[in-house]
Amino acid sequence: MTSRFMTGLLLWLTLAAFLLSLMAGKVWIWPMSWAADNADGWIFLELRLPRALLGLCIGAVLGLSGAVLQGYLRNPLADPTVLGVSASAALGGVLAIFLGINLVPFGLFGCAMIGACASILLLLAIGRGGGPIGFILGGMVLSTLAGALTAFVISIAPNPFAASEIINWLMGALTDRLMEDVLTALPCMAIGVLLLLTTGRALDALTLGENGAKSLGVDLFRLQWLIVLGVGLSVGASVAVSGVVGFVGLIVPHLIRSFCGEQPSRILVPSALGGAVLTLTADSLVRLIPGPGEMRLGIAMAVLGAPFFLLLLLRYRKGAA
Amino acid sequence: MNLNVQNLGFAHGSTTTLQGIHASFEAGRFSVILGPNGAGKSTLLACLAGLRKPNSGTAKLGDEDITAMPAPTRAKRIGLLPQGAETHWAITSEALVALGRIPHARGAGASADDRRAIAAAMHATATDGFAQRPITELSGGERARVLLARVLAGEPEWILADEPLANLDPGYQLDILDLLRQQARSGKGVIAVLHDLHHAVRFADHVVLLHQGSIFAQGAVDDVITAQNLATVYGIDALLSKDEEGATQLLIKGKMRS
Repeated sequence: MTSRFMTGLLLWLTLAAFLLSLMAGKVWIWPMSWAADNADGWIFLELRLPRALLGLCIGAVLGLSGAVLQGYLRNPLADPTVLGVSASAALGGVLAIFLGINLVPFGLFGCAMIGACASILLLLAIGRGGGPIGFILGGMVLSTLAGALTAFVISIAPNPFAASEIINWLMGALTDRLMEDVLTALPCMAIGVLLLLTTGRALDALTLGENGAKSLGVDLFRLQWLIVLGVGLSVGASVAVSGVVGFVGLIVPHLIRSFCGEQPSRILVPSALGGAVLTLTADSLVRLIPGPGEMRLGIAMAVLGAPFFLLLLLRYRKGAA
Repeated sequence: MNLNVQNLGFAHGSTTTLQGIHASFEAGRFSVILGPNGAGKSTLLACLAGLRKPNSGTAKLGDEDITAMPAPTRAKRIGLLPQGAETHWAITSEALVALGRIPHARGAGASADDRRAIAAAMHATATDGFAQRPITELSGGERARVLLARVLAGEPEWILADEPLANLDPGYQLDILDLLRQQARSGKGVIAVLHDLHHAVRFADHVVLLHQGSIFAQGAVDDVITAQNLATVYGIDALLSKDEEGATQLLIKGKMRS
C-alpha cells in the first residue's frame, strides 16, 4: 500500500519538478508564453525544454541504477560510480575533446559510449565468476585507472583553453544542451532502463544470499549481464550528454527505502522517479542562485550529497555501537 | 520419487572434495548427512540441490538429471535452506516467506495460490504471529523458523537443509527438527546436514556418513552410528545403548586416546 501510494506521490512530484524546471531561471517563463513567437518562446523551446527533459531522464537513470546496484551488491553504499562506468565514459568524452572529435556530429557521445562499453567488457572479463566482490573490485580498479588517465589527458592538453573546456565538461551540467543531445541519448537510456527494470525479482531473491537465490532458480550470470548492460547503456549515455553527476544514485534509494520499505523490487520505480525529482529540483535551484554564470549541477549535487553521506555513516556507526 | 546419486565426484580446482558417491534418498524419510568438517557434506547437498555441477557421475530426481533440469523447474521441486541463515535488508517476515514463491511466479503480484501457500507455511512454522515484523528484529529462533517457512512456501517435493540448527539454543533446535520430521511424515523428502550426533540418533530415518569425500557408511541409524564408525571417522569414544523404551541412546565420553 505505502509503496503504491509513494509511487503515485512521486509521479506528481516529478511532474511538479519538471514544470518548475521548464519555468525557472534567470528569466521566468510562464506556461502562457511557451508557444509564443518571441524571445521567451525561443528560450523555452531551445533551452528549457531540452534541459528539463535531460534532467528528467538523467535523474531517473541514476536513481534506478543506484537502486539496482545496491540491491545486487546488497550494499547500501553502492552507486553507479562504483562500477567505473561513469569514470570510463568521462574518459572517452575527455579524449574526444582532446582530439577534437567533439566537433564531429555525435563524436563526443560516441566516444563516451565507447568508454562506457569498454569498461563493461573489461568488468565482465575481470569480475567473471567473482560475484559481487569481483564486480566491485573490478569497478574500483576501472574508476581509478580512468580517473588517472583523465588527469593525464588534462595535464598534456595543448593549451589552457582546451584544458578548461575539458574540466568544464567533466564537472557535469545540463546547461545549453540541444534537443539533438536529448534524442541521441534517449534510445540508449530507454534500453538500459528497460533492462534494469526486469531485475526486480532476482534482486529480491538475493535477499537470501547467492546460494538462496540460486536455489530459487535465479540465473546470477544472466543477472550480472543485465545489470552491466543496463547500467552501462543508461549511465554511459547520461555521462555522455551531461558529464559526471554524482550522489543521485546513492542518496535517492536511501530516502526511498525509509518510505517504501527495503524490498529491492519495490524501490526500483520509486527510485527512478525520486532521482528525476532530485535532479530536476537541484538543476532548477542552480539556475536561481544569483550572480554571474551558474553553479555546475555536478558540484551542487556533491555539495548536497557529501553531508548526506556523512549523516548516513554516522547513523550506521550509531547502529553498530 | 527418489533422489539418486551415482558415482558422483566433485573437484574444486585440483582438490577432490567428493568421489565415488553412491546413495539413494527416499521421499517420506528424514535423511541426515553426517561427517566431520571438510568431509564434503555441503558440497554433496549443493550437488543434490543443483547448485553445483558434479565433475563425474550423476544426481537424479526420479529419472531426471538434476543439473540438466531448467533452473525454475528444479527450484519448484527441490527447496534448499542454505547454510548461515543469510538475509539482507529489513523486509517483513511475510515478504521473506513470499520469496519462496519466486519459482512459481507468473506476471506481477501474488496469485491466490501464492497467498495460500505463504499462509500455510507460516502457520506450519508458527511464524504468523510476527508476519509484519522486520526480519532484523527477530530472535535467532524466530528467524530460523521464518527461513524454513520460506522453503515450505515453495511447496517443493524435497527439502534440503544445510546445518539448519547452527546458532540455535536446544529448544529451537528441537523445534526445527520437529518441523523437518513432520514434513517427512507428510510424504516429502527431507535431507539435512547435521553436526549433532544426538539429533541424528533421535530424528534420522536414514543416515549417510561421509569421511574424506567418500561415503563411509549409510543405512539405518543403528547400522551407521556405531562406536566403531564414530571412532574411525570422528576420533571420538562413544557409548551406544538401548533405553527401556528401545530407543538408542548416545553418550560421547571423549576423544579417542591413541
